[in-house]
Amino acid sequence: MAMAPPPVSTASERDLRLDLFRGLALWLIFLDHIPDNIVSWITIRNYGFSDATEIFIFISGYTAAFVYGRTMRERGFVLASARILRRAWQIYVAHIFLFTIFMAEIAYVASTFENPLYAEEMKILDFLKQPDVTIFQALLLKFKPVNMDVLPLYIVLLLLFPPVLFVLLRHPNIALGGSALVYALAWRLGWNLPAYPNGVWFFNPYAWQLLFVFGAWCALGGAQKLGVVLRSRVVLVLAIAYLVFAFLVTLTWHFESLDRFMPGWLADWMYPIDKTDLDVLRFAHFLALAAVTVRFVPRHWPGLKSPLLRPAIVCGQHSLEIFCLGVFLAFAGQFVIAESSGGPVLQTAISLIGIILMVATAYLVSWYKGIEARSSPSRVKSRDADLAGGEA
Amino acid sequence: MTFVLALLAAIAFAGGAVAAEPPVASSCDVPDRLLPTDEDLAHVGADVKDRRRLAITVVGSGSSALAGPDGARFAYPAQLEQSLRDRMPGIDVKVIAHVPSRQTTADMAAALPKILADDQPALVIWQAGTVDALRGVDPDDFRNSLDQGLDAIATAGANVILMNMQYSPRTDSMLSVAPFADVMHWVAEQRGILLFDRLGIMHYWSDEGTFDLYAATTGYAMARRVHECIGRALASQIINAAHLDAAKMQTTR
Repeated sequence: MAMAPPPVSTASERDLRLDLFRGLALWLIFLDHIPDNIVSWITIRNYGFSDATEIFIFISGYTAAFVYGRTMRERGFVLASARILRRAWQIYVAHIFLFTIFMAEIAYVASTFENPLYAEEMKILDFLKQPDVTIFQALLLKFKPVNMDVLPLYIVLLLLFPPVLFVLLRHPNIALGGSALVYALAWRLGWNLPAYPNGVWFFNPYAWQLLFVFGAWCALGGAQKLGVVLRSRVVLVLAIAYLVFAFLVTLTWHFESLDRFMPGWLADWMYPIDKTDLDVLRFAHFLALAAVTVRFVPRHWPGLKSPLLRPAIVCGQHSLEIFCLGVFLAFAGQFVIAESSGGPVLQTAISLIGIILMVATAYLVSWYKGIEARSSPSRVKSRDADLAGGEA
Repeated sequence: MTFVLALLAAIAFAGGAVAAEPPVASSCDVPDRLLPTDEDLAHVGADVKDRRRLAITVVGSGSSALAGPDGARFAYPAQLEQSLRDRMPGIDVKVIAHVPSRQTTADMAAALPKILADDQPALVIWQAGTVDALRGVDPDDFRNSLDQGLDAIATAGANVILMNMQYSPRTDSMLSVAPFADVMHWVAEQRGILLFDRLGIMHYWSDEGTFDLYAATTGYAMARRVHECIGRALASQIINAAHLDAAKMQTTR
């Protein structure tokens, strides 16, 4: 049954909500990546099970399908695959660039910091003694320093995306079902990719692909299918109830005294809420957040045009650049905090400066891409692809 | 004139002595919320009240020891022993430390049965997590090792206090201890055992300005003071959780 792929949802106009929430997610990821940052109290991970990573991966899946889905339908499987792989390569290069910066920081700390109290912790620097192994393992994406796990996940997801997209365009529900099956099998059989020197990937690609493929499924017509569900009052009430429940549970993490209100059977059933394997509770929390968000922020919500939200939207439109910058700024911020022995004022200042730099850079990239697009007429027709495809 | 000089010298001497040996107890107190005592240490209570002794075994890795001259004497196991002796005069307190560096939790879980048989402790303080974080052990495997070791301790008829990692801000961006700390919190909660939240306590000291944990130094002074404070805090947790406070000690005499 060779049925034509369904037309992509009003593909002409980009859904600014995606950019807005991806931009916000990038800010939150930056704030969360500065250890002990007082400002990170405002980020959503403290108020529920899921965090900015879920938002980032979902929206990345959505935009990847949105952009490359059209390419695959109009220009064929081979060209679309080539573009997807080129994107994966760009992200790989970005990741290795960040790794180099990380190595520089580590090497600096290794040569300047000493304290007998931390003799054991400082052994983390031992890998500098065998750079041959370390760098090689980093190139293989097996050695991933702290907070550098998201891009390798993204790379793997994109590498596997061409065949997934192929199926998604023809039998979206089968593709989504297959993705859910892989997720379930990963849980059942303990699948994950190996890491160096030990253990497994912090973001298990077998599990997290579900969110990416679900995002892609939504982009290719799934969102309309879910429209009926999303408009139902029952779903809204359930979603809000679940968000409140998650919020109450997180309160018991922050306030030891509230812990006694947590029933033992519930804790036994619920904990641990696993981030590595994208716990079902986290996934459900993301779905509930998304359901409520879609309900209260409709596609043509006038606020999306407001200059107040513009900075987040621009950041979301250049997510790879801004994500990498955020990782770098988190390193740099952590470094400054360590050199000056920290303090809440400094943490707040660094958080604010970091976000301002991210926004400024996003505007700069936006301006530059605009100039480039105008100066080479052949690229104009791919403007939207550049906007998103650059940023799938 | 000689008198004034002597007086000045005495003051200078006293001042110097104070600077060299600052009074620790007042400066590194730990709030109650960071020292939970809600699980009973029955074996410890019995050991002290019935047998007038207390045998404690510390199992851990490098962060339970101190290098340098007389390191073992200044590390927290010895400080704990001293603090308990000071606070429970007449009780024969003995703390034995098994803390070779580079031990993972799996290594320690495997070594525990023999250690328990040799030491016959009433209480095991099990410091874990740092080496596992260093080696990138899978947190699931880490949890299984903890469970295995805790089963062995329960079988041997001893109480246990789990101790998590040090707060180490300078290595925070390279060494991710949070997943392991989470597992330890969760395991302690689930099994109803005490956790000595070294991570939270040292973080508190850092926030309060008690210690500048960012400071680079080759000297041992700060490391010793931190260990002394950890030993004291541990002693408080043990005494409170086992209900060994002075008033009760009097009545049992």
